[in-house]
Amino acid sequence: MNYLPLIIKREYLTKVKNKAFIIMTFLSPLIMIGLISVVAYLIQMNNSKVRQVSVLDESGLVQHIFKDTENTKYTILEGITLENAKAVVKEKGDYGLLHVLKIDKLNEASKNIRFYSEDSPSLTLINSLGNKIEKELTNINMHRMNVDPEVIETSKISIDIAQESFSGKKTSKVDSGTKIIFGVIAGYLLFMFIIIYGNMIMRSVIEEKTSRIIEVIISSVKPVQLMLGKIIGTSLVGITQFVIWIILGSVLIVVVSLIFGIDIAQMGMPQQEIIEQAMQGSGNDVEKAQQFMNAFFNLPLTNLIIAFILFFISGYLLYSSLYAAIGAAVDNETDTQQFMMPIILPLILAVYVGGFTVIEDPHGTVSTIFSFIPFTSPVVMLMRIPFGVPLWQQGLSLLLLIGTFMATVWFAAKIYRVGILMYGKKPTYRELIKWLKY
Amino acid sequence: MSNLLEVHSVSKKFGEFTALNNVSISVPKGSIFGLLGPNGAGKTTLIRVINQITMPDQGHVLLDSEPLQSYHVKDIGYLPEERGLYKSMKVGEQALYLAQLKGMEKREAKKRLKMWFERLEIGDWWNKKIQELSKGMAQKIQFVVTVLHEPKLLIFDEPFSGFDPINANLIKDEILRLRDEGATVIFSTHRMESVEELCDHIALIHKSNKVLDGNLMDIKRNYKTNTYEIGIESLNNTNLEQELKSKFQVSPAEFKTLGDELKVHIKLSQNETANDLLSYLTTKGQVSHFVEVVPSANDIFIQTVKNN
Repeated sequence: MNYLPLIIKREYLTKVKNKAFIIMTFLSPLIMIGLISVVAYLIQMNNSKVRQVSVLDESGLVQHIFKDTENTKYTILEGITLENAKAVVKEKGDYGLLHVLKIDKLNEASKNIRFYSEDSPSLTLINSLGNKIEKELTNINMHRMNVDPEVIETSKISIDIAQESFSGKKTSKVDSGTKIIFGVIAGYLLFMFIIIYGNMIMRSVIEEKTSRIIEVIISSVKPVQLMLGKIIGTSLVGITQFVIWIILGSVLIVVVSLIFGIDIAQMGMPQQEIIEQAMQGSGNDVEKAQQFMNAFFNLPLTNLIIAFILFFISGYLLYSSLYAAIGAAVDNETDTQQFMMPIILPLILAVYVGGFTVIEDPHGTVSTIFSFIPFTSPVVMLMRIPFGVPLWQQGLSLLLLIGTFMATVWFAAKIYRVGILMYGKKPTYRELIKWLKY
Repeated sequence: MSNLLEVHSVSKKFGEFTALNNVSISVPKGSIFGLLGPNGAGKTTLIRVINQITMPDQGHVLLDSEPLQSYHVKDIGYLPEERGLYKSMKVGEQALYLAQLKGMEKREAKKRLKMWFERLEIGDWWNKKIQELSKGMAQKIQFVVTVLHEPKLLIFDEPFSGFDPINANLIKDEILRLRDEGATVIFSTHRMESVEELCDHIALIHKSNKVLDGNLMDIKRNYKTNTYEIGIESLNNTNLEQELKSKFQVSPAEFKTLGDELKVHIKLSQNETANDLLSYLTTKGQVSHFVEVVPSANDIFIQTVKNN
């Protein structure tokens, strides 16, 4: 008789109605957004702090280039010795003192420039000062060599190599970036999903063991049915939670940025200087967004969605059946560590291979091999697919994955069937193998 | 009387360990069948084989003359020794879930649950969580869940453990009532007084083998030693004892009486009868006590286990 729907329903309802689950689901986006807001707020506060920098320029070459900005104010010191200048700056409580000695050879100017401060200074400030001086000295040098900087500037040519496949598909650098983003999101999502909900399945199996209800239940249903019911029920719980998180998260981000006026998009680049630099390098925002949209629609979307669903489900089932088997083999959560390692390792390997190799060379030997090995293929293949993987490769990898998935479910069911009735000492690997024959 | 359950030469090994060795039992329809044996003898494995939790290596099981099939789970109600319920689920929901797993319709299950909860006076527990209940209370619910789907065969493993005497009695009466309504009961326990009280058939399993089975009365008849417990008042107890010892096989006995009688066990040989003994004794003094010694289930259990 088929009690699978009944088991799934119970698994789902008891988990979703659980107080801890409800609190977790609704509180964690709040906490996350709260944390992000605090960090953003702190960065803004840090930015709005004004730094006083004194400049003692004995060469007289560069002191005119230091113009006050919103966050950095310059004071030009003249006609005093370095020792006096240091004392003055220290007394005033300035951020630091930039000292430029007389410069004989412009090529070796670095030797003559030094920044004095109480603590080690902000790296961005030092870089920005260095860039300013470098630009000015280069200009002076050009003049000395009778080169007009205007000519150099106008003679510069910028190149953005357009890419096109043999079959005529046009791509660009933005395309590659978009592909990496989609691949990495898909891969990490699966990774997170397996870790979080695999553990949930394991705990739920252990709970049935420790509450000793298991024997009552398996006198009514087959252990395999119970195991599959648990896995599917818990997965539905996971999907529910993820959907709530995504919706709640997006709403909260909008609300928070409206209330506090924090521009979330700029948070990655806190220092004004960097933003300025970035703005110079690229075209305008509208053009960028346009490029991104193009890149997005250039992705093999249908393939991506179908492959995502298939690889996600099979990969998740593969790992979760192993989690269920571990839960059945032990009596309590502390005993699970020993058995978790062999499961976590291939997962982490997959994420590393995906994160480094695939991004570098999506169709290289290493990436290709790992996208076929069943324990790493769900993550690695999902990361490769945005770059365009031949359908036969996807199909073969999926077949291998499904084959292995059936084998692990069979294996897990065997362990599960025996394990749920075993109490007492923690089994060894050898005992687990013996259980397969019971 | 036909048999509801027949176990035919079932063997089960776990690796090197033999849990059941060629065990056969027959459980007559409408009987209360005691499945006895020391700890670790293989009772639980046998019960699990009957419940299709464990598959036997050899042998087969017939329920109502049919080989066991997966649909038979609804004909069996099983109360395991290691039992529990979902701690954080409500009593009513949980009982409904377990009943549905046994193939009952939700509405029917609810109706019968209400009835049982009324009968055992636990109606107000419906919305409580198991973790709010005491162990004995949870046991009551487990009992209800076991019998709810009115199975032909009920298997109870230590049903009275965790109950106070009042509730144990209540459960005992329910078991007897279920038997009278047509159910067959397999009853596994270490408490010999409840075997004495309830069982009409028993099987004794020891070290994976069945060492004894049959009708409890027949077994007792086989185990009786033709011994009588006697209390007799005479003028000189010491002399009388000497005299008895010269004629019969005598051993001292202990039981409570009001007077100061001579108390002995006398074992008769095959061709002597109780009447012969009694008429002889009446010539020697005042007989105040004359009882045939019937072996208790406890004696039979200990004796059989020791002999094997």
